[in-house]
Amino acid sequence: MLHPEPHPAEVLLLTRRFRLPDSASIETYLGTQGYEGFRKALTMAPEEIIEEVKKSNLRGRGGAGFPTGLKWSFVPRSSPKPKYIVANADEGEPGTCKDRLLMQYDPHSLLEGMLIAARAVGACAGYIYVRGEYRYLIDILEQAIEEARRHGFLGRNILGSGMDFDIYTHSGAGSYECGEETALLESLEGKRGTPRLRPPFPATSGAFGCPTVLNNVETFCAVPPILLHGGLAFAELGTPKNGGTRLFAISGHVNRPGVYELPMGFNLLRMIHDVAGGVRGGRKLKAVIPGGSSCPVLRAEECDLAMDFDCVARAGSMLGSGGVIVMDETTCMVRAATRILRFYAHESCGFCTPCREGTHWLAQILARLHRGEGRREDIDLIGDIARKMLGRTFCPLGDAAAMPAMSFVEKFREEFEAHLEGKPCPYEEVAVHA
Amino acid sequence: MPERIRLSIDGRDVEVEPGTLVIEAARRVGVKIPSFCYYEGLSLAGACRMCLVEVEKMPKLQTACTLVATPGMVVRTETPQVSEARRAMVEFLLTNHPLDCPVCDKGGECELQDMAFRYGAAESRYVEAKYHVPEQRWSPVVYYDRPRCILCYRCVRVCAEGMGVGALGVINRGGRSEIAPNRGDHLECDECGACIDICPVGALTSGMYRYHTRPWEMNHVGTVCAFCSNGCKTTLGVYHNRIIRGNNRDRSGLNDEFLCIKGRYAADFPHHAERLSTPLIRRDGELRAASWAEALALVETRLREARARGAPIGIIGSNHTTNEENYYLQKLARRGLMTPHLDHQRTGDVAALMAALQGRQGTLATVGDLYTARAVLAAGADLAQQHPLLSWQIRANWRHHQARVYVVSEGPVREDRYAARSVRVAPGDELEGVLSLGEELRREPELVIVFGDSIQGEAVGRLVAFGDSLGIPVKYVCLVDYANSRGASDMGLLPDLGPGYQPVETPGMALQEMLECADLAALWVVGANPLAGRSGRPAGFLLVQDLFLTETARMADVVLPAASAYEKDGTVTNVCGEVQRVRRAVTVAGTKTDLEIFGLLARRLGLDAGPASWEAVLREIAGCVPGYDLPVEALMAGAPLQVRAPAGAAASRRGVIRSARDTLFTSGTLGRYASILGQVREAPGALYRG
Amino acid sequence: MRFSDETEARLERLMAGCPPGNKRSALVPMLLFIQDEVGAVTPEVVQEVCSRLEVSPLEVEEVVSYYSMLRRQPAGRYHLQICTNISCMLVGGAELFEHACRKLGIGHRGVTEDGLFSLEEVECIGACCWAPALIVNYDYHHNVTPEAFDRLIEQLRRHDSSSGER
Repeated sequence: MLHPEPHPAEVLLLTRRFRLPDSASIETYLGTQGYEGFRKALTMAPEEIIEEVKKSNLRGRGGAGFPTGLKWSFVPRSSPKPKYIVANADEGEPGTCKDRLLMQYDPHSLLEGMLIAARAVGACAGYIYVRGEYRYLIDILEQAIEEARRHGFLGRNILGSGMDFDIYTHSGAGSYECGEETALLESLEGKRGTPRLRPPFPATSGAFGCPTVLNNVETFCAVPPILLHGGLAFAELGTPKNGGTRLFAISGHVNRPGVYELPMGFNLLRMIHDVAGGVRGGRKLKAVIPGGSSCPVLRAEECDLAMDFDCVARAGSMLGSGGVIVMDETTCMVRAATRILRFYAHESCGFCTPCREGTHWLAQILARLHRGEGRREDIDLIGDIARKMLGRTFCPLGDAAAMPAMSFVEKFREEFEAHLEGKPCPYEEVAVHA
Repeated sequence: MPERIRLSIDGRDVEVEPGTLVIEAARRVGVKIPSFCYYEGLSLAGACRMCLVEVEKMPKLQTACTLVATPGMVVRTETPQVSEARRAMVEFLLTNHPLDCPVCDKGGECELQDMAFRYGAAESRYVEAKYHVPEQRWSPVVYYDRPRCILCYRCVRVCAEGMGVGALGVINRGGRSEIAPNRGDHLECDECGACIDICPVGALTSGMYRYHTRPWEMNHVGTVCAFCSNGCKTTLGVYHNRIIRGNNRDRSGLNDEFLCIKGRYAADFPHHAERLSTPLIRRDGELRAASWAEALALVETRLREARARGAPIGIIGSNHTTNEENYYLQKLARRGLMTPHLDHQRTGDVAALMAALQGRQGTLATVGDLYTARAVLAAGADLAQQHPLLSWQIRANWRHHQARVYVVSEGPVREDRYAARSVRVAPGDELEGVLSLGEELRREPELVIVFGDSIQGEAVGRLVAFGDSLGIPVKYVCLVDYANSRGASDMGLLPDLGPGYQPVETPGMALQEMLECADLAALWVVGANPLAGRSGRPAGFLLVQDLFLTETARMADVVLPAASAYEKDGTVTNVCGEVQRVRRAVTVAGTKTDLEIFGLLARRLGLDAGPASWEAVLREIAGCVPGYDLPVEALMAGAPLQVRAPAGAAASRRGVIRSARDTLFTSGTLGRYASILGQVREAPGALYRG
Repeated sequence: MRFSDETEARLERLMAGCPPGNKRSALVPMLLFIQDEVGAVTPEVVQEVCSRLEVSPLEVEEVVSYYSMLRRQPAGRYHLQICTNISCMLVGGAELFEHACRKLGIGHRGVTEDGLFSLEEVECIGACCWAPALIVNYDYHHNVTPEAFDRLIEQLRRHDSSSGER
């Protein structure tokens, strides 16, 4: 899964151990400053730890990009309730396959990140919620947890500090919505993966009704280097308010698809043409989804873009999970939109009206359109339905479905029109023989 | 005193307590924000998105049902953006909603119809295939139609939270989500129908009512349920002089929207095929139809004979007749017929409680008190089975106010799930169980004690003494079984106590003694079935007035067809002493109300018991029955008013007090004639199963 | 019901992670782990889970019907889950799935007559950069062309017949 060599443009911070032999073992980990960040944290006051994370400008790597230090600061440390650390390893966003590598090649970095968080908020236990399909990673994580326990990094009175903390893995069973914070917590508690009302936020009422720090795997993995080298050093790797590096999963029509660790603010076109080896077959770039299928699609001419949360947002899309999906000129945009909406209809938990009915409706219209049975009014209907979902659903899945629907129609309207009147999909032949 | 919050809703200023939801704040200024999933009293969902409103300084529309009011908040509930959003939600719901209005029970009282009218979206833009699954019959009571369901989850929540049963859940995902019953393809539950009444659309419909008629074709009559003693108000839907359904969806009365299977679906007993509609006289060993004149003439003859001989005449009154009827009967008995032998099938020792309280005020709990008291103790009853409204109130009190609930019972009860303490005792040891809780109860700020028939006689006095010893305000509820069991006691249908529990000069025979009395000249049984399960008939002339040919009626010399509680006007008193008006909903040809019958017999016998009109009798009651000095006009208008504990009350030293131990699906003799009670799988039900 | 030592050990580790008084939190993984051994969430499995976790059949039903990896009917010995979501679709994932259907003679959620293979068209499995991809039971296979797929099927067949036990 790894290219034999990292790309020269990569900054190997979170991925620095990936190519080491036996990279996942605690011996390798300890031999490369493993758990040193945690040791340092043990000498710091909880507020200092949080301050360091704030200084790093680390923002959630799952998709929402919420400032991590700020999130940790919301946990009421003085609450008498037990506190929990939960790692979101549900990784279901189409185009995203980075947490997988972190857990496979450097599981201890996740454990250490959770340990540091636990120290910062006074947590007693942590859970790694792993999507059901990632079973082999659960086995790897459990092995790492066992190693950590044997070496005294987990359990009671860790390293003589008086801190008690242990970590457990927890399997999902097939639900994209369980990647949403509160739906994940519901699943962790043995229920359907439907989201919860907020407020209260997980920081005050999360797992089992207790204060909880819930972050993406990659977010936790960034924490040990932050403690080790200081928040400022991490921040400086990126752009203002967008600290550090992040793992970008570049997929689709590129010569070298793969996961690359690049500084925040790296240019998207350079990512595609340089890091990922350019569009396959020397074809023309047509469209790019910058951060996983929930993000508005960008036309090729919109891709000269610094990849950080703020720049991409200003360009009308999102950095999201960093799942860069590249589409060349042979791609039917209608087919792409259809498949994407089919995904959201399948994954909608069904709790709230607009998402439950809207995703289903959109998927049906798009399928009909792609089949050649579309009516002219369907094109505007898609946008209208999506706009009526936007900002009105119980959780962001509704937006995640609405935004691709709107952006594909808006930016590639002529393709939708070309499917009208029973005309066959102009790309069908090409796609099959690509 | 927490500072109140000021906010503005549609330009109107409103002040609310901290923690108030915007949707509630709006209601205070008369702004009704539409909602499907939000339902007062149930947990928040935020699923339907109908209640979206504009809030200044918040970029997205907010759901008013989940948004807590903050100082200075400016809310707009009806703007073009809001209307468009609501219209969109209605349109989303209608995409898969079948065009069933012409055949759907809910038509005319459907909240989705109302929203479609108000916001538009009636013309659909949806041209895709609809997802259809067939309707399901979950029980004789509950039918579920998935295509109509808007997934508001009111049913799931009212069952789990309100009823404490949790028989409904949500299965599948996304557009395939649906409501599911707890046994896979059927329901095992209280069959109360709360889910059906709370459903805003026609997704849940009842087996009793479906396809019968339209809401606007019915006459709706608000009255009190004829079955247990809780006194739930039920609005009977009457179509062509037949009661088709009962509900309390307008949330009036002391039961809010609570009703059980009896209050909702058991109102068909008046129309049972075996309903008596002509008088019967025994001739040649057989009961044969006769005219009223014949029957009354025969009764007159026999009673005159008995009086002339000076032989004892026994009267057994009813747990179901109105206060006016009971009062009139005891007056007719004691001052007309001059007989002291008066009793009824007693199911709780109310007299002992009144005697122990000796007129002290603030010692009788209302149904409302069960919802507001900080602590409630239930001793010797399975409330969820026997007194479901009381159970509902206590459970809601726990849910909303974290009330502390204590249980003393012979077996598991529903209250165990949220009781601060549950004490199991052998039957008969309930008082000991209560006493054992002294330490904890003492620490409560106040207490309501609900007790069953196992605490009777002198044990009631000891219970009240215990209550006094706690040093906190204590109120009591003495449980009795039926719709007017309390009224029967209050009005003195007792051998040694007159109205208001005042001791009589010359006590008479109690019920069992009358049945055993060999010299009995006549026994007059009103709306009771004391001979059920007995082989021999009592001595003397047996007159029975009732609805059906019960075991007792079968042995009678004369049977008079009486009207049921749904066929007359008057008042009844619930288990908490709350007096409520009953209203005539239907008439069954050939019957007469018990009061009419008393009046006719009184006239024939030349006895003056006063006019046999319920208004006149009620005024007399209010004027002279201790505890019943209540504003008559208010009662006539339908307000529930609680009686006072009467001074000078004495306990009864005669006779047997025993609860019939009915369940949700049984109710003495009356319950046998309500068709739904026998049909449901759960019948006859059981007590103390948890 | 009692399961294999391996499964029971996994379940024990799972229960150890539940905070006191929160047995229900083991529900989703427990169902999956038991399904791995039994093949499906049968009524018997539901009953067993109810008694181990003190939850009601309705609560279990609500959960089983929500999660797409939980199934009521057994799959084949080799359950092939082929992703056709966007990143895989762009490089032939849908065509791979169609090829698989033809090769095995079954469709989505179908099982071959010999019970050896079952097929499922799934959503993103997190292998976007190594697409087209599929999972066999819990094993990932990347860069799967139709030819690679055919080779995989042969391999699985051989492995199955050589392992002998049924």
